[in-house]
Amino acid sequence: MKKNEYGEHANLVKKLVSRPPETQKVSTKIQMTDGVLIPRKDDHHVFNSWRLTFIIAAGLLTFLVIFVPTPYRSIFLVVIQGAPTTFQVTIISIIGAIIIGLFVGLGSVAKSYIVNMISGIYVEFIRGIPLLVQLIFIYYAMGRLFRIEGMLAAIAALSICFGAYMGEIVRAGIQAIPKGQMEAAIALGLTRGQAFRYVILPQTIKVILPAIGNEFISMLKDSSLVSTIALTDILRKGREHIARTFLSLETMFVVALVYLLITLILSRLVGILEERLHKNG
Amino acid sequence: MARIRVENLCKDFVTDASKSIHAVKNASLSVEEGEVVVIIGPSGSGKSTLLRTINRLEIPTSGKIFFDEVEVSSNSDIRHIREEVGMVFQSFNLFPHLTVLENITLAPMRVKKMAKAEAHALAYTLLERVGLSEKANSHPNQLSGGQQQRVAIARALAMNPKVMLFDEPTSALDPEMIKEVLDVMLSLAKSGMTMLIVSHEMGFATAAADRIVFMDEGEIIEVAKPEVLFNNPQSKRTEKFLKHIL
Repeated sequence: MKKNEYGEHANLVKKLVSRPPETQKVSTKIQMTDGVLIPRKDDHHVFNSWRLTFIIAAGLLTFLVIFVPTPYRSIFLVVIQGAPTTFQVTIISIIGAIIIGLFVGLGSVAKSYIVNMISGIYVEFIRGIPLLVQLIFIYYAMGRLFRIEGMLAAIAALSICFGAYMGEIVRAGIQAIPKGQMEAAIALGLTRGQAFRYVILPQTIKVILPAIGNEFISMLKDSSLVSTIALTDILRKGREHIARTFLSLETMFVVALVYLLITLILSRLVGILEERLHKNG
Repeated sequence: MARIRVENLCKDFVTDASKSIHAVKNASLSVEEGEVVVIIGPSGSGKSTLLRTINRLEIPTSGKIFFDEVEVSSNSDIRHIREEVGMVFQSFNLFPHLTVLENITLAPMRVKKMAKAEAHALAYTLLERVGLSEKANSHPNQLSGGQQQRVAIARALAMNPKVMLFDEPTSALDPEMIKEVLDVMLSLAKSGMTMLIVSHEMGFATAAADRIVFMDEGEIIEVAKPEVLFNNPQSKRTEKFLKHIL
């Protein structure tokens, strides 16, 4: 789960706001909002710790599945069946979160006070309620009014929740673009809307892409919460297996390793993405 | 007919609840068609602020600005005026995610709805004029500061403006690159473009300016032809400033 949410966002914003004004290059790096170690080539310590963790986790899982087939191979084969649901929920929700985040982010930098207020209230509201509470609220409480399918409820809850965080990322990303970019665009006769579309947003996306990748990893982990509303994701598959076999320790060990491996691979991919973006200026 | 006429312009910046800075105090100025006017003065004297109020990048606190005798106000179609007033910034402000060609063609294509082929032809003509034809497909970060500023001038010219505003165009440049930018500006001045320039380049001011405006502490102290202002300043403050820099 997310830790130090306010603190880290505050840091992020401080970092972005305190950039030297009127610098041409958009070299601002968005600070990661979750505890994932993003390995970078120039940081040998972090790179090695990532590599070591990966080797241990992958080695352990491979060893157990191949050499201790009972019970680990059957556990693995059951648990991995939950992966498509985990990925489906995460991928659709991150798209939903990006769309919501775009509106929230644009809303919070809009000139209209009322629009600022609306997106501000949304962010405060959502950030203050735990994801698990939102999830159960949407599934059960609203399910009383009109029947909501588990998958839809999960996607809605994750999108709405992460949309608020994404909104903050988008806002910080927009504010990271030097003021001169907007001035140059409107001085040429572009409308503010055109300036946003052709000048500000393309640059913002580049700045926030690593942060979005990190939110994706964060969301993939938090998606394990959807197992509480009867969606058969990785965790749910594991818990069902425990209910059948009572192999709680062994099953949760495999579940943990599967999540860890997915997260490690994704964090490496985000690291590569970030490196590429930096190289391309 | 005056292209730009500024009447009793004041601009205050409110720093916090109680304090405000009077950046420009009661400034009046007019720039005629085809005229090159250079604004000089110590830093913090309100030169840039005055320039930036003309296309409303800064909103004046009071006073009036006319462009072709049409008042530039919150009610006027400011976007239309901005199309006709080109601006070049101290920090270039090129769009880093676009190529040089795209930087130049963006506004003509999106604002004037110019066809792509026509916009490209225009961009190449302008790049040739600033001596950067071979850089069309480069990105701004691959160019030197001087080259970036020349692209920025080409980008502003692509809208076929009636007036060009320059906000300290050479202040962010390494000394060896200043000349290439000033040369472009000089040839632009000779082509009859109306220009209002904030600059610290006295040599350029002497060569290109029809009139020089000296500002200090938000006020326009003196307006005169360069030879008069440099050789025989009427004001003590002008004299003191010139003594410091020459």
